[in-house]
Amino acid sequence: MLKQIEGSRAVAEAIALCRPQVICAYPITPQTHIVEGLGEMVKAGEIANCEYINVESEFAALSVAIGASAAGVRTYTATSSQGLLYMAEAVYNAAGLGLPIVMTIGNRAIGAPINIWNDHSDSMALRDAGWIQLYAETNQEALDLHIQAFRLAEELSCPVMVCMDGFILTHAYDRVDIPSQKAVDAFLPRYEPRQILDPSNPVSIGAMVGPEAFTEVRYLSHHKQLRALGLIPRLASAFKQEFGRDSGGLVRPYRTEDAETIVVALGSVNGTIQEVVDSMRERGSRIGSVSICSFRPFPLAALREVLQRAKRVVVLEKCLAVGLGGIVSDGVRKSLSGIVLNGYTVIAGLGGRAITRGSLTRLFEDAERDELEQVTFLDLNAELVSYELERESRERRTGPTAEAILRRLGTVASRIG
Amino acid sequence: MFQIRIHGRGGQGVVTGAEMLSIAAFLEGHYAQAFPSFGSERMGAPVMAFCRIDDKEIRLREPVLSPDALIIQDPTLLHQVDLFNGVPARGYILINSARSFDELGLGGFVRGVQHYRLWTLPATELAVKHVGRAVPNVPLLGAFAAVSGLITLGSVVAAIRQKFPTLIAEKNIGAATEAFEAASKLRETINA
Repeated sequence: MLKQIEGSRAVAEAIALCRPQVICAYPITPQTHIVEGLGEMVKAGEIANCEYINVESEFAALSVAIGASAAGVRTYTATSSQGLLYMAEAVYNAAGLGLPIVMTIGNRAIGAPINIWNDHSDSMALRDAGWIQLYAETNQEALDLHIQAFRLAEELSCPVMVCMDGFILTHAYDRVDIPSQKAVDAFLPRYEPRQILDPSNPVSIGAMVGPEAFTEVRYLSHHKQLRALGLIPRLASAFKQEFGRDSGGLVRPYRTEDAETIVVALGSVNGTIQEVVDSMRERGSRIGSVSICSFRPFPLAALREVLQRAKRVVVLEKCLAVGLGGIVSDGVRKSLSGIVLNGYTVIAGLGGRAITRGSLTRLFEDAERDELEQVTFLDLNAELVSYELERESRERRTGPTAEAILRRLGTVASRIG
Repeated sequence: MFQIRIHGRGGQGVVTGAEMLSIAAFLEGHYAQAFPSFGSERMGAPVMAFCRIDDKEIRLREPVLSPDALIIQDPTLLHQVDLFNGVPARGYILINSARSFDELGLGGFVRGVQHYRLWTLPATELAVKHVGRAVPNVPLLGAFAAVSGLITLGSVVAAIRQKFPTLIAEKNIGAATEAFEAASKLRETINA
């Protein structure tokens, strides 16, 4: 059924259709509307046999989810930013124990400086915790990925994060197609746990493992993700068969067939990139783009297939690996092992900075002329940075950086975009 | 694609206004996208929200930099925010005020914009009269429907019903309808 609703509401409705049995959550912007929506639905009796558990922190939220999942029920939670960091230990545990929890990340920057707006610093910080990570391009895809995520998680017995851009998607009203309960039931079978805490058939979960077997347990986690590389595209095509639309998969190329320049990105910025690709193509550029949907497992082969004939690759990242540059770029370069081309990393959209068509067009035109640095910060205010660096070279007690920068910048309320 | 930017202050229903506009457009079979640009979420702080309407899927996610229509819920923002930034000559500007652009001292700011696209409406007064609260978003939507002809009053009414519980919805519908009629009358005068 077509609806014009907020992205968070769309995800809440998708989760309800997946028949979760335990939802536990702690509110944090910009994810809050999702779990608020689910709380209302559970209270109104709209989700059968589901317990909504209010907890005292994000650490508790995921710990309760681990307990519930180990007891054999379909379990869901959601978080953002510092909330994800606060539950970090439990994030590793859920994956290490192989519990098929699904968690939404409403992507948001990490402080300090404190910032509530969107980038990918939060989910990227936990990219190697053993969870599968899927990134949604649109609210329709966010909704669809959650339905696929439960099936993926449960077939592999591995937790899945569905990452959606905070505010840009979570707070956007868009047209979405909410599937019927019947269609979701046909796609997503009843949860059959591989392991279950059952008093009538007792087992222990969470043994201590020493050097004699730790590598083997870890290897099996890796192996599970490698299997996901095959399963994710199969689920996307099964999903298309049931629901009639493309959602998910490993990567989604856009006009890359004859492209000399290919832009790689994750999440909602791909829409704006595709608009720029179209208008540059009208002017004769041979440019295309590719959206990485599955970041963990990282689709080395699928990406190589898309990128191998390009002359240059621009990786646009909403997260900064301080002291290195880009995180996604590392994977992209690994996928191109042995292939000679120009590779550029662009850090963009940090802490909610708008990524505009104008800035992207200038950036891609610079790339086409191979006039980009190895690492570029999109729309960096160089004057502001120089001023602060100069001040720091002059004085010893310069005080806190963020406050100094804000003072220099003056009022920002007047700016649009 | 038609792009709308709404300016106001926290507590004036700026974000809800953009959302209702997107629902109204959706109900008429268009694709629509509405999203906020929150500052720190405080009552009274400047807030912006955006809406795009198109006949194909909307992929663009940047803020609305060049609006086809600008709705200003609070004219006192002029001293704080670069409100008219990016408005083209054929853009609509709709301001919540009982006074005209010249009386507001705005004549000089909008010299490039065609004069028959400039509108003011006492939306706060209408909201207080019908809803009992100084929330000008709904009357401005009613007026926008009349001024732009982009959406019908019927769709605005349906969007209001989706967004509010019955009792509050009916009061808002009263405000939207009076604003729509006032703006329609003014439009006829201008066209005549």
